[in-house]
Amino acid sequence: MSFRLPGTERTRLATAGAQAAVAESLRAQPRGDRTKGTLFFALLLLAVVIALLGLAAVIIQSAIKGAPSFGTHLITNGPSTIFPEKAGFRPAIIGSLYLMAGVILFVVPIGVGAAVYLEEYANKERWWNRAIELNIQNLAAVPSIIYGILGLAFIVRGPLDLGFVVLAGALTLSLLVLPTVIIAAREAIRAVPPSIREGSLALGATQWQTIRRQVLPASVPGIATGVILALSRALGEAAPLLLVGAATFVTFDPQPLSGGYSAMPVQIFNYALRPQDEFKVIAAAGVILMLVVLLAMNSFAVWLRNRYEQRW
Amino acid sequence: MVSEKVADRARRGAEAATGRKGAPEIDISGVAEGVTHGHAKKGAKTVFDLEGLTVRYGGKPAVKDVSLGIHENEITALIGPSGCGKSTLIRCLNRMNDLIPSASVEGHCLYHGHDLYGPDVDPVEVRKRIGMVFQKPNPFPKSIFDNVAFGPRVLGLSDVRERVERALRSAALWDEVKDRLDENAYGMSGGQQQRLCIARCIAVDPDVILMDEPCSALDPISTGRIEDLMLELKEQYSIVIVTHNMQQAARVSNRTAFLIVELDAHEDNRWGQLVEYDETDKIFTNPSDSRTEDYVTGKVG
Repeated sequence: MSFRLPGTERTRLATAGAQAAVAESLRAQPRGDRTKGTLFFALLLLAVVIALLGLAAVIIQSAIKGAPSFGTHLITNGPSTIFPEKAGFRPAIIGSLYLMAGVILFVVPIGVGAAVYLEEYANKERWWNRAIELNIQNLAAVPSIIYGILGLAFIVRGPLDLGFVVLAGALTLSLLVLPTVIIAAREAIRAVPPSIREGSLALGATQWQTIRRQVLPASVPGIATGVILALSRALGEAAPLLLVGAATFVTFDPQPLSGGYSAMPVQIFNYALRPQDEFKVIAAAGVILMLVVLLAMNSFAVWLRNRYEQRW
Repeated sequence: MVSEKVADRARRGAEAATGRKGAPEIDISGVAEGVTHGHAKKGAKTVFDLEGLTVRYGGKPAVKDVSLGIHENEITALIGPSGCGKSTLIRCLNRMNDLIPSASVEGHCLYHGHDLYGPDVDPVEVRKRIGMVFQKPNPFPKSIFDNVAFGPRVLGLSDVRERVERALRSAALWDEVKDRLDENAYGMSGGQQQRLCIARCIAVDPDVILMDEPCSALDPISTGRIEDLMLELKEQYSIVIVTHNMQQAARVSNRTAFLIVELDAHEDNRWGQLVEYDETDKIFTNPSDSRTEDYVTGKVG
């Protein structure tokens, strides 16, 4: 018995059938590498979680341990062995501020100047310029204690003979972070496209005018970010400072060019080593204080880079 | 008025292109009618005299033995296939090849009779007088005003504001930007950016303007506007333009130089050679060299 549907009905069924077939073929098919993809994604997430957990563990543990001693006395008072619950970080904070100021003063002109020379003036085909480039990258990886020994030998004693003063500490830290700043500044300068330089030179500007008025202004965000990140590294260094005389128990406000000084990481080290529990609590509070400052600095660096970054 | 001229030019350009496909010769009779740019002025002084100019990059020749004269207040076009050294040649004229450490120049490049590559010549001074507009518009990451004012400021010229306005007017950009001079130059369209680069170039009152394929990154309408601009500018400046667009050379230039790529016996060295240099009319309608004829009629290249 022949069974004929009316024409419109046949068309409707055929269309529906075709659509269903296409929808089925577009649906996600189970495949071997799809599960591999999901597994890989899960492993990546695990890596991120572990990294974050490690950081969170430090922060939370320090916060809990240091909570009892949070208060303004942390910032206003100096260390005290007699009244540990009232001890604070004041000389260390001032010492760190002086050190940071010194680092900025030395590292910005020298680091940016070296980067400008290497990028704009040096003939890159000469072997000695390539050797300099390689060595700067090596210097960035040298352990910080070595810079401490260098500072002790040449800055505190030796030719400069400054003694154990803040200036010596600042110079030592400057040497430590200088390679990082040079590398960051070079990257920022290199990111300025050659077409901008050519456009400037084609107008009759000298090379110096081109650098000062086009290249440097355009690379300021990158340079600033590099300097801030270098500063935050210098802020947290204890090893080189121990060697150049950041004495661990300073009760007075340090002076820039004379007398002893301390710095935050060194002071925390000192407090953490003492047997009394109250000092350990203060050390933990100091850790939180430093973390807050470092987080603020790094966030500022990231914001600065995002806000002013030039997209070519 | 401007749009009429642009449409007319576009039509003639299309005619020339399609005319070439069927006929053995380009029909540019429309270009020559009543328009002076097709004719070179007789007896015009030369701004540049190139004698046996050879440029090498790291010892390998890029362009060999070019001798020609660029005339004042004319538009001179350099045409030829890729790799024939047009850009290398034009960059010699304002010593931009100095920026490439491996580049060396032989022969003579005389500017108003003085050797540009002489021992006492300061390239910075050269570039003050001979400006350049590049293929890809390269405005500075500054405001429109600061872009045009950059040249006068670094050269210590006076009346910066007037110069900026005059330059923007000459570049046919003033009306479009006069209310937004403080805005970033990157907000402009490609055609506007290129006109900004031209304004920037003329703000320092150069003698010569070199243009290295100025319209190749632009759409046809912007190209037409810039070609109109070139025809106006040549009243005051001498213009040398490199173009891979033959119709453009036919439309705007007074004289045209045709270069080709030569290979040596082992085919590992390629360099550019000047084949013919003459008035544009002659190059496109009755060239002396058969290679020129093959190129302009589209048989090769």
